[in-house]
Amino acid sequence: MATIKRTVEVELSTTGMDAQGRPVRTPLAVAEDGSTITVAAPPSIEPELEGEHMLINLGPQHPATHGVLRLVLELDGETVVRCIPHIGYLHCGFEKIGEYRQYNQIVPWTDREDYLNSIGNNVSYILGAERLFGIDCTPRATVLRVIAMELSRIASHLVWLGTTCIDIGAFTPFLWAFQERENIYALLERWVGARLTTSATRVGGMAADVPAGWTEQLQTFITLFPKTIDEVERMLTKNGIWVGRTIGLGAMTADEALNYGLSGPMLRASGVAYDVRKDFPYLDYETYDFDVPVGSNGDVYDRYLVRVEELRQSTRILEQALRRLPDGPVNVDDHRVILPPKSKATSEMESMIHHFKQVMEGPRPPIGECYVATESPKGEKGYYMVSDGTAKPVRWRIRPPSYVNLSAIPKMVEGHLLSDVIAINASIDIVMGEIDR
Amino acid sequence: MTTPFTPVVGGSALPSDAPAAATQREVPHRGGPANPSAEALRAKFGGAVLRVDVVWGETTVIVERTRVQEIVRWLHDDASQRYDYLSDLTAVEFRDAEHPIEVVWHLRSIAYRRFLRLKVQLQRGQPYEVPSVWPVFKGADWLERECYDMFGIRFAGHPDLRRILMWEQYKEGFPLRKDFPLRGRFSRAEQLRQALAANPEARYSMEELSIADAFEDLPQEMRNRLRSGEKTGE
Repeated sequence: MATIKRTVEVELSTTGMDAQGRPVRTPLAVAEDGSTITVAAPPSIEPELEGEHMLINLGPQHPATHGVLRLVLELDGETVVRCIPHIGYLHCGFEKIGEYRQYNQIVPWTDREDYLNSIGNNVSYILGAERLFGIDCTPRATVLRVIAMELSRIASHLVWLGTTCIDIGAFTPFLWAFQERENIYALLERWVGARLTTSATRVGGMAADVPAGWTEQLQTFITLFPKTIDEVERMLTKNGIWVGRTIGLGAMTADEALNYGLSGPMLRASGVAYDVRKDFPYLDYETYDFDVPVGSNGDVYDRYLVRVEELRQSTRILEQALRRLPDGPVNVDDHRVILPPKSKATSEMESMIHHFKQVMEGPRPPIGECYVATESPKGEKGYYMVSDGTAKPVRWRIRPPSYVNLSAIPKMVEGHLLSDVIAINASIDIVMGEIDR
Repeated sequence: MTTPFTPVVGGSALPSDAPAAATQREVPHRGGPANPSAEALRAKFGGAVLRVDVVWGETTVIVERTRVQEIVRWLHDDASQRYDYLSDLTAVEFRDAEHPIEVVWHLRSIAYRRFLRLKVQLQRGQPYEVPSVWPVFKGADWLERECYDMFGIRFAGHPDLRRILMWEQYKEGFPLRKDFPLRGRFSRAEQLRQALAANPEARYSMEELSIADAFEDLPQEMRNRLRSGEKTGE
């Protein structure tokens, strides 16, 4: 196990407010040189003590495994010697079912894989489908999709933050995070009518434009949300318990993280500045001004820092997107893929034919294949689609970021304590719906 | 609150005057500029590169089955390529029964901001086996296991090739193959019978039961059954 020694300024216990109204902090543990304490990595395995190893079964029905993940752990005392993950308890065969569905009919399945990021998946999937059809969406739809993706990134990170806090033993930030998430779901509900299973996109556009007054509601959210991030950070970032429970755990070096195929905050916490939005941009992300937070130690604490900073950066992107949201149609003017208005379909012969052909046969892309990756909250989310010219894909493949991230868990937990397995597992931000598909 | 982060933009191996990455628009269906790595592969491996396609702006290199690992290793190690990230690994079976099954690797060079698709075509009647890229990319571990689980393609050299999403005693075959019906191969009655006959308590693989005295902790009756050669269930 790599030992990591870092110095983090730790603040504990708030006694009151100072003259400026800011809380006064009294560090409980003070080093001789001043107000910092050094948090060392937990002691490594005790050298060669005699004793039998124990087998512990964690999950699949365990609240801290975030769904139905099952870890079989071999323990030496309290130290994990070997970890064997078992997955597949939630396998539904999404990819198989997709081969029997038209392109627009697959959208609801994308809601249900990574269900914390459903509208983001809708957008990712539809970018792939549109590439296959050779369609570029309208300027308004482009910006709306950016808004959708960033909103769902914030919502997903908030769930991660709340549940990780619970796993490590802090209850309050959980409530704050879920309160803000509720605001996002209120926004989504007003937009597409559903909170969790949004199904918001269609090939060539969106299911619905945002209703009147929606942008003002989003502006209110953007204005108020950073205060919550500040509060959470004040609660956790320099909290001695939080730092002690997270620092030095599950550390991956940059080379290891790349080699294991980690992506998203997991990879960036290890110091690799790979963000699909910057390196292989889509939806005009290159024109937005935002930073990619990059950690250096690749431990649970850095993953926390990276995700919290991503919350801020996503808010920045939302702000810019809202400012540039153009007027105009959300759907492309292409009746190969977009249904004509109902009034026309019942009065004009040509529109009726388009309507009939789309509903009965479904839009058909030309023969071809594409792999379109986007930056989901968990990492690189790719959709690989192969078309043989019929209305249903030959192959619809999801590249699940948390599946690949989770595959590194034996590497991350071996040598740590059993209670740290919970923290490390939480830091991966897994969604079993996406892993098992 | 101050942030400990500084803005970082990827693509560090590119010259400083390289154009910034931009959203692709109006990508042609066929043709367009190919990834320069395809030419480099041709120069280096010659006959092992069977075909280069550019579809929707993405370069596909179809290579010979037996030389995949060698090619991937070269792409990973060579300083002018640096494909250090395995995005995805999967397989495709076509509805056309004559069409070969394809195994697909999606590689990224983060340093040079390149994306490359490697493909191997497995002709019908050939053994469905390709070399594992696990020695190059540790991330291929679960991806290859999933590919084996879903398509029955064996990866020679994979350290632990067993089912991952389906349980180890799954008998119906390989679900993503086109000859596998959507409802499953067995009848509902047979599926139900197997589910009820499964032994949910014997949930450990023999490898796990080799840990310490875990085997001794099982009920006597189950130990007898396992000793007599019965396989454990997931």
